[in-house]
Amino acid sequence: MTDARSRIDEIVKNNEIVLFMKGTSLFPQCGFSSRAVAILERLGASYETVDVLQDPEIRQAIKEYSDWPTVPQLYVKGEFVGGSDIMMEMFESGELQQLVGTEA
Amino acid sequence: MAMAAEDIETLIKAAIPDAEVTIRDLAGDGDHYAARVISRSFEGMSRIRQHQAVYSALGGRVGGELHALQLETAVPTEMTSD
Repeated sequence: MTDARSRIDEIVKNNEIVLFMKGTSLFPQCGFSSRAVAILERLGASYETVDVLQDPEIRQAIKEYSDWPTVPQLYVKGEFVGGSDIMMEMFESGELQQLVGTEA
Repeated sequence: MAMAAEDIETLIKAAIPDAEVTIRDLAGDGDHYAARVISRSFEGMSRIRQHQAVYSALGGRVGGELHALQLETAVPTEMTSD
């Protein structure tokens, strides 16, 4: 489990914007993940995704990593930002655009 | 593996007594809910911490017994300051 945790740490530190999700950005496997991808697409920022369904260890460890019970989870610049509800709130208020540096 | 809306509300209020809780059953299947939780105790907390407080009130059910909980948290409007 510590191994999965250090893998998550690597991913989060090496990718400016990374979304842990169910499925892929082309084929999200859950409504919440789909919504998270739609928000990132609207932002027009480049981002990485990690499909937790392909990796049971990561799927479990990511919940402990952030003390957050659900997926999707967005990380920007090494920091946990939140799940899809927080992403939506921050997108609507313009905070997310500010955070990822795609302000219009 | 479904939960009743009243049970969700009861659990949240047990942990956050002043919470004003509004629950909507999104799919009518007792498994996909939206909750809006307003509490003075959220004052000064980040959004992540506010959501974690609600998840913690639900004692690990979110993501398990309760598949999906769309969550919105806020402090009462008269307390928000700019």
